Amino acid sequence: MTDAQPASVYDLAHKEEAESLATFACLVDNEPGVLHRVVGLFAARGYNIESLTVAETDRNAHTSRITIVTRGTLQVLGQIEAQLQKMVSMRHVQDVSRDPNGLERELALVKVRGAGPDRVEALRVSEIFRAKVIDTTHESFVFELTGAPSKIDRFCDLMRPLGLVEVSRTGVLSIQRGVEAL
Amino acid sequence: MTAHQTIEVQQDVISGAEIVVRALLDQGVDVLFGYPGGAVLPIYDALFAEPKLRHILVRHEQGATHAAEGYARSTGKPGVVLVTSGPGATNAVTGIVDALMDSIPLIVITGQVATHLIGTDAFQECDTIGITRPCTKHNYLVKSVDDLPRILHEAFHIATSGRPGPVVIDIPKDVQFAKGRYQGPKEVVHAHNYQPRTKGDPGRIAEAAALIAKARRPILYTGGGVINAGPRASALLRELAALTGAPVTSTLMGLGAFPASDKQWLGMVGMHGSFEANNAMHDCDVMVAIGARFDDRVTGRLDAFAPTSRKIHIDVDASSIGKNVRADIGIVGDAASVLEDLIAVWKQRGYQADKAASADWWREIDAWRARDSFRYRPDAKLIKPQHAIQRLYELTRGHDVYITTEVGQHQMWAAQFFHFEEPNRWMTSGGLGTMGYGLPAAVGVQIAHPDSLVIDIAGDASVQMTMQEMSTAVQHDLPIKIFILNNEWMGMVRQWQQLLHGERYSHSYSASLPDFVKLAEAYGGVGFRAEHPDELDDKIREMIAVKKPVIFDCRVTKEENCFPMIPSGKAHNEMIMAEEARDLGSIIDDAGKGLV
Repeated sequence: MTDAQPASVYDLAHKEEAESLATFACLVDNEPGVLHRVVGLFAARGYNIESLTVAETDRNAHTSRITIVTRGTLQVLGQIEAQLQKMVSMRHVQDVSRDPNGLERELALVKVRGAGPDRVEALRVSEIFRAKVIDTTHESFVFELTGAPSKIDRFCDLMRPLGLVEVSRTGVLSIQRGVEAL
Repeated sequence: MTAHQTIEVQQDVISGAEIVVRALLDQGVDVLFGYPGGAVLPIYDALFAEPKLRHILVRHEQGATHAAEGYARSTGKPGVVLVTSGPGATNAVTGIVDALMDSIPLIVITGQVATHLIGTDAFQECDTIGITRPCTKHNYLVKSVDDLPRILHEAFHIATSGRPGPVVIDIPKDVQFAKGRYQGPKEVVHAHNYQPRTKGDPGRIAEAAALIAKARRPILYTGGGVINAGPRASALLRELAALTGAPVTSTLMGLGAFPASDKQWLGMVGMHGSFEANNAMHDCDVMVAIGARFDDRVTGRLDAFAPTSRKIHIDVDASSIGKNVRADIGIVGDAASVLEDLIAVWKQRGYQADKAASADWWREIDAWRARDSFRYRPDAKLIKPQHAIQRLYELTRGHDVYITTEVGQHQMWAAQFFHFEEPNRWMTSGGLGTMGYGLPAAVGVQIAHPDSLVIDIAGDASVQMTMQEMSTAVQHDLPIKIFILNNEWMGMVRQWQQLLHGERYSHSYSASLPDFVKLAEAYGGVGFRAEHPDELDDKIREMIAVKKPVIFDCRVTKEENCFPMIPSGKAHNEMIMAEEARDLGSIIDDAGKGLV
């Protein structure tokens, strides 16, 4: 076993380990303050939240689903999973990003302002990405786009020189392929 | 509904406050520690009519939580606290965090302003649930009296199972008045999916047994988790030690799980642990961590921690495994259950410790032992603090003794020089390091063990943080003994300033100390003072004989330091001994000075 010891806050000289992204799908009891518990855990232990989505998913069972995208070393990601699992309000935690059957989707609303050839080009690009136009004026479009986060990143990159002025993203949602449920 | 049924239903309908009392009784509670106030008066009213529940009135809510911790730690049962809203709840927070860090089961019931006033900045309103969310195992705001029985029973289950911890139940005043139906522990349906794992994975346990069997330099590193797992876990630890012949060390919280008189006992590990324990940890080839969490005070420098060892980590909290130190074999489970399975595998496979390797290992350990790392220079004219604790230990042998401590040098000396044969005898604030813990904790211990000798080994600075609880001890006829090692300093702060901050003693001298003897008398207790080594024994004997609360002002040498010591940022095999400690400032590098 040659794995390095994980660094702690007391280990000032630790070398930087490679970080990776992870998406945790959490099924929690839908009760007041449950989101605060989850977010508070991340804040208290210094973990990053890259995106967060939450909504009730089963009224009868009183459950909500929280999807958190976070970043850390493998050791930190393991800790996050264990800490989440430990919460009394937590029913189930799954690291979807490490699951070959994991699906991740995000929805974005993107406003692009412009006229002339740029406006035509924006519309053409949106068709390639299968984005929907949900609002238009003579000088603007609002596009609705769903897909993997990387697809939305690419769409925004392409729209930026064409007059992108505003982006609103939901954060990542996830589910597993196949018959199994969380 | 017939008239007859109506009467039956009415009989079952009681107030929220009465539901609280009934649930406590059904959970086997016979004592609670608390302080009344406006938002909790209905519950106090219900207590007035309930002779089976003994209420211990404290003088400050922090005292209630520490007393409940002492009660819990010395009995294995949950401690129960009852306080009011706002300042009642905020004052309790220190003890709640302390219980979370040290895995002590507490039920803390807080009054809250009436539901319709929540959020209006009402009198004595605070966001108790928001404040205590990060410092409890779980907490509840009760919004309806219908939820109250379930929440109360669920809280006991959560506080006492898995890794124990504090649970806060915040009950608005209108919910305490509201009428509802009581349900017993068996009737309620728990709302949560909470099911802590207690049985270890058999495959990993078998791997662990095989690894220990092959070890040439094994060590058992045990912690508070062994004590929390009950007396059976301590008995099984002794059996495992006997089977493997491995040396045993423990964290501060784990003292007593293994008998200090056993020849396999190495003493405490960590920053002020013994030379032999720390060197054995550093040089071991297989480390078996049982209910211990690799705290920074134990590990010292992580990248030099037990570098040649393979580590087995047994813990009921999965998030403890791999948090600070990577485990080669992590086993999630209760210490007693896992030890039992481990021993069964060991016997079933007929494993034997390698006798020759064991003899070599013990030869090395004996050489470290010969350094006599707790040695200090005796003094004929002044009382050395180490000497005071040694005498206290010798003179209380044969008594049924429970020890609590405050936090600082005296705590470390107590851990070094007071020896325990049994679990649940040693109550100290390990994780949070709360000055002021020991006096109220002694109150809680004495309530649970009225005929035992309960001693708070204290420092002059710590004890003043909760000194008001002396009044609680007097009111409830609790003959606790507060044994103050009085050096007129915040000793551990002074030690660090001397060794690491160029002897600049910034604000660590306790000026204007009270006359502790007069203070004891003012409270209605008994005061003693010892200033010379020759009078120490007699005064200690007198103290033991007194059946009243005692403050013992033991005047000790003022500038004694606590050794041996692993300097911050250093490894276990870089311990500093008392005689080498002239200039620690040059030993610790700048990075080390940044550490706590």
